[in-house]
Amino acid sequence: MPTAIFGAFESGIIYAIMALGVYLSFRVLDFPDLTVDGSFVTGAAVAATMIVSGINPFIATLVALAAGFIAGCLTGILHTFGKINALLSGILMMIALYSINLRIMGKSNVPLLNTDTAITHVRDAWDKTGLDSIFNSIFTAVGLGDSVPRTWGILIFMIIVTFAIKLLTDRFLQTEIGLALRATGDNKRMIRSLSGNTNLLVILGLGLSNAMVAFSGALIAQQGGFADVGMGIGMIIIGLASVIIGEALFGTKTIARTTLAVIGGAIIYRIVVTLALRVEFLEPGDMKLITATIVILALIMPKLIDKTKEKKRKAKRQSERIAMNPDGKGEADASFKSHS
Amino acid sequence: MLHLNHIHKVFNEGTPDEKIALDSINHTMNEGDFVTVIGSNGAGKSTLMNIISGVMLPDMGTITIDKQDVSTISEFKRAKMIGRVFQDPMAGTAPSMTIEENLAMAYSRNKNRTLRKGVTKQRKDLFREVLESLHLGLEDRLTAKVGLLSGGERQALSLLMATFTEPSILLLDEHTAALDPARAELITNLTKEIVKKYHLTTLMVTHNMQQALDLGNKLIMMDKGQIILVVDESQKKKLTIEQLLNEFQRIRGTKLASDRALLT
Repeated sequence: MPTAIFGAFESGIIYAIMALGVYLSFRVLDFPDLTVDGSFVTGAAVAATMIVSGINPFIATLVALAAGFIAGCLTGILHTFGKINALLSGILMMIALYSINLRIMGKSNVPLLNTDTAITHVRDAWDKTGLDSIFNSIFTAVGLGDSVPRTWGILIFMIIVTFAIKLLTDRFLQTEIGLALRATGDNKRMIRSLSGNTNLLVILGLGLSNAMVAFSGALIAQQGGFADVGMGIGMIIIGLASVIIGEALFGTKTIARTTLAVIGGAIIYRIVVTLALRVEFLEPGDMKLITATIVILALIMPKLIDKTKEKKRKAKRQSERIAMNPDGKGEADASFKSHS
Repeated sequence: MLHLNHIHKVFNEGTPDEKIALDSINHTMNEGDFVTVIGSNGAGKSTLMNIISGVMLPDMGTITIDKQDVSTISEFKRAKMIGRVFQDPMAGTAPSMTIEENLAMAYSRNKNRTLRKGVTKQRKDLFREVLESLHLGLEDRLTAKVGLLSGGERQALSLLMATFTEPSILLLDEHTAALDPARAELITNLTKEIVKKYHLTTLMVTHNMQQALDLGNKLIMMDKGQIILVVDESQKKKLTIEQLLNEFQRIRGTKLASDRALLT
């Protein structure tokens, strides 16, 4: 089971890039963008198809990122220039991408087994360094010998990639354009009065968001060894779950803290799902139901906790007041007198 | 500086609700003019502001700012020349962002936004310096979220953000109307100070007659989409509220109908 946790951690850190994309559209831009379900697959489809036809997997992954950017921009254009409702423009794009993804792949599933991918390249390069045995011996020394992953290389590589994207995002959101982008989600009227082109900013923001999502999709396809036209179903909810769980557990004080929280949320989500699937009566097909349940809980629980806290606080105050006025009617009498 | 030439705007044209909001307005503001605008409900004051700032485009007529015809230029491009403060104290700032980030966005108003950092050390010093002029102690709270400020503080910040980059035109749309009397007075005084300091060409809509008389060097009165009275500098100094109301009655034959007009 600990090896399964490592697996969950590894894919969690890749899904974290997708969650950062969802954070950008959902939280920063305040735009519920459902394009994600489609653009995740677009990334996977583009990368898988190019890799199978013999193109360098790193280049293929970057092209996948660009494809996601274009898909996001199109959703933005539908919303700003087409004046279509935010949810609807995302759904339209998602549906359109389903067919586009099938066209890209030519079939509904492209296997990547026995093919050189970015992941296998990293694994091979890592194996040459021989660092695995060192890491493994450390873990064995502290008595965790049976919980080592297949290879440390991919895990470390993914952590570096994800944190590079996180730091770039943090940095970007502090630039002049980044500030305007955040203001677009916060107060459109204000940033327009300060010469911000809100239409262009929405398009740019959705482009960047979906570029991250597609990038994540491309890496998941290479890690899992296939691209499938259905692999994006419910992706937006997974992204949202990561954002909400992360924010609730790790806080949102600054941008850097929030993006870190989102990464944490994505990893925790994966671990929770992995653990949940180990419960006897749950099957892999129940995954979407588990996801929906987690999101519902993550949305409701913080409010319930706040409410209970507030109730307790009020009850405490009330009892304090009663303790100060034992006869229980002194206060009312006093206020009455002062008026007369 | 600002030149409005035969501006015409009709809402709901061709329907029973058709309303002429602006009826062939002509008006010129010279550099350094501070014009206050008063008028009855639905006189077209807000529409006039929206037409100048580019929120709406006129059906006919041209708008010139700094000798440049801006009639068809979009709102955000025009904003490079125009500073604006809205009636709603929440409208002029981004609540989830810090004071320094808000000022950084205002700093970029008349420039092109790039991938440079918005808040630099150098800019911070500038922000601190301009915030001091508000006398609200905000210079010590640069990293506080704007959503935590009171309505008066937010409006003072909005005013500062609209002005410290010295726009060609400053538009104030009843910017003290939503504040309590003490806060309104504070903002009024700040407006006076800031407009003088930066020598700004200002157009201010107000429903407070006294404010309209106290501030600025010119006054215009609007009714039913027309400018019905222009008071110049020398006349304005002697003018009283009573005279203003009488003047309206003389021109229009009815009393000034404004449920919000403050006569004191």
